[in-house]
Amino acid sequence: MLRDITLGQYMPGSSPVHRLDPRTKILLTMVYIAMIFCVRSPIWYILPLLYLVLCVRLAGLTFQQLLKAIKPLRFLLILTFLLNLFFSSGTTIWFQWGILRISQEGVFTAIHFSMRLIFLVAGTSILTLTTSPIALCDGIEILLKPLNRLRFPSHELAMMMTIALRFIPTLIEEADKIMKAQMARGADFESGNLMKRAKAMVPLLVPLFVSAFRRAGDLAMAMEARCYHGGEGRTRLRVLRFGQLDLWATLITVGGLLLVIFTGVWFS
Amino acid sequence: MPIKVEHLTHTYMPGSPFASVALNDVSLTIEDGELIGLLGHTGSGKTTLVQHLNGLLKPTQGQIWVDDLEITQKGVSLIEVRRKVGLVFQYPEYQLFEETVAKDIAFGPKNIGLSTEEINQRVREAIQQVGLHYDDVAERSPFELSGGQMRRVAIAGVLAMRPKVLILDEPTAGLDPAGRRSILGMIRQLHEAGGMTVIMVSHNMDDISTLATRLVVMSKGRLVLTGTPREVFMQQELLQSIGLGIPQAAELAHALIAEGFDLPADLYTQEEVMQAILALAKKEAKPC
Amino acid sequence: MEDTAVTFPLRIQEVSYQYEEEAQNAVDHVSMEIAKGSFVAVLGHNGSGKSTLAKLMNALFLPTEGKVLVCGMDTATEEEVWNVRRHAGMVFQNPDNQIVANMVREDVAFGLENLGVPQVDMPSRIEEALRCVQMTDFAQSAPHMLSGGQKQRVAIAGVLAMQPDVMIMDESTAMLDPSGRKEVLNSVRKLNREQQMTVVWITHFMEEAAVADRVIVLDKGKTAMDGTPQEVFARVDEIKALGLDVPPMAELSVKLRNAGLELPEGILNVSDMVKELKKVLCPSK
Repeated sequence: MLRDITLGQYMPGSSPVHRLDPRTKILLTMVYIAMIFCVRSPIWYILPLLYLVLCVRLAGLTFQQLLKAIKPLRFLLILTFLLNLFFSSGTTIWFQWGILRISQEGVFTAIHFSMRLIFLVAGTSILTLTTSPIALCDGIEILLKPLNRLRFPSHELAMMMTIALRFIPTLIEEADKIMKAQMARGADFESGNLMKRAKAMVPLLVPLFVSAFRRAGDLAMAMEARCYHGGEGRTRLRVLRFGQLDLWATLITVGGLLLVIFTGVWFS
Repeated sequence: MPIKVEHLTHTYMPGSPFASVALNDVSLTIEDGELIGLLGHTGSGKTTLVQHLNGLLKPTQGQIWVDDLEITQKGVSLIEVRRKVGLVFQYPEYQLFEETVAKDIAFGPKNIGLSTEEINQRVREAIQQVGLHYDDVAERSPFELSGGQMRRVAIAGVLAMRPKVLILDEPTAGLDPAGRRSILGMIRQLHEAGGMTVIMVSHNMDDISTLATRLVVMSKGRLVLTGTPREVFMQQELLQSIGLGIPQAAELAHALIAEGFDLPADLYTQEEVMQAILALAKKEAKPC
Repeated sequence: MEDTAVTFPLRIQEVSYQYEEEAQNAVDHVSMEIAKGSFVAVLGHNGSGKSTLAKLMNALFLPTEGKVLVCGMDTATEEEVWNVRRHAGMVFQNPDNQIVANMVREDVAFGLENLGVPQVDMPSRIEEALRCVQMTDFAQSAPHMLSGGQKQRVAIAGVLAMQPDVMIMDESTAMLDPSGRKEVLNSVRKLNREQQMTVVWITHFMEEAAVADRVIVLDKGKTAMDGTPQEVFARVDEIKALGLDVPPMAELSVKLRNAGLELPEGILNVSDMVKELKKVLCPSK
């Protein structure tokens, strides 16, 4: 049944990576991204690769799970590779046909950018694979808190994300039910051209929106009845604390970044 | 014979860790003109069963015939199946979407490709069948109507397909007593005057005992009992063991029999029980 | 003055409420005092004003006329709004639309977080609240995996954790199946008996009203009847005229009485009926 689907890709666990403070994980993911962008030559992807292997091992994940996360991006990857391969300007031409030409530099860039994309997706997947959506919301809310001074609504944003996560399964289930009800009246959601199919969605979308608005109204009233009045003066059940683990993770990751920068400077 | 179900089994998400058997070897025949009360606890498989009957779900195993058409065969026109079997979901008012009541009811007939004339004719008739007046509601937005009226419009949307068999999943859920009574009256009307075969899913014993010609009881994906209300309500213990009750009148009769009173064992309507008690009172006028 | 606030945690004085764009009052000059520790059922058909009345009880709506006092506080006093809502907790109709968080335990904490309860005090209050509704085992569950009855019990726990004086159940069983309804009613009845929780139970199910200490019937925004379930359900014809039902045994007892059997008033369920019939008839065996 649809309500059994898991949200996002979170794989529950209790590994050291799972136990890290979500704030640490979010920040270190940014450090990791910086690391990827500092790699100057395809060969030096060996360093982020080692880092990834370490993370995957520590988190108790498998590489199949990472590949699964990359899979939806395969077309983008192929496109990136081909565009760079054929349209990069270079001096050492290996092959030319019309405007298409393959140069040594082109091959180099194509590999470089494809690797960059793969590593970006793989690394950020480790964050979402090991951090529950709730913890992610918490982490983001606290990290964005300093922006409150600039009137950035960090609490409201986090509350919105929490509610969205809470209602996605409910709305999926509801969409399934409405779809079946309309199919029982002979509606056809599967055949016809794009235009026809888009039109066929109306009997599904209208009731779904009506219901979502009704739910929103109900929920707002229920929240008010439970004394919700924004983030002010609010305490929290879950308190995030940095621990020793966070320190080690930071040292390792920042170390990795420095190493990559060093290789870039030294070998260029 | 409009419906025959043979050895129907349905497994949700087979092969995954979430696999669950919703229907287990269910066989059932429904004759023309019956009004079947389909009873069962939440999760007993009632809803899964009725969704098979108009082709919304495909069986994992087993066959279903509707009017001698085997609907579980490959390549059967689903439109054809849905013309024969109309299914009204729980809280059907949540599926309304058109600008006007008339357009919403016309949705089904349009999908089966009828002429405009035929559609208009059917919309008029369906509105009348659910006890509303065409001139009052046809051009109004369904979202302006009261909850009870919206439900009637949604039922009209299925009736406009002119199904031979009408299935209603919990048609009185969430209604107050007056709303419930009038929907039940409408169903009785469709069955008696319209000659329609009706299957009504419910867990309200009092509703169903006055209406159904036959009850079908399900538990944990299996069909455990079928018979007239009189036959079924005699099985108080079995029903209670699967989380169902019996009408209070039947409960009273059973309790009195257990206390040693001489009453027939198969009473279940209030009227019958009252007459039986009054008969007793005549026989045993004075307290002992 | 202080005393009435304690003995009657909820007082409604000549209250009316009118929706915008409506010509008539949805609630029309209603007065009632709800005694501490009582279980009061408010009955009425759809549109009788019972849900509007509920929302007036914890300042979700403010009366257009009259006064609502929660533990002595006027709901119309702006500074008291959050206090009023803490003292008068409310559970709504749709189990799906009142759970905010992704985990049962965290949802129960929602009200406490809003009240600014210190973090150290939260776990014990959450556990106690979940224990009261027998949901301890589900503390870590995701709400969408629960049954309707379980979701409503989570909602009740969320209100209980705020330690209210009155619980308002606004048709909280209307969307549940019979077993879910029983679960929720039993949980709340138990709270009422064991912890003297004051309960206002709004419903259109007669069986539920039959277990209350007091039944108030609303019609067209006005109080149509007010009394014990025995008193109210003896008036079978009047209740039916209001578009409601009476419990089957109450109806049967009236019919048997009219046929000359000497039964007392106030029979509401099968066991009472058997007991009374045994007094006037004797078993042949």
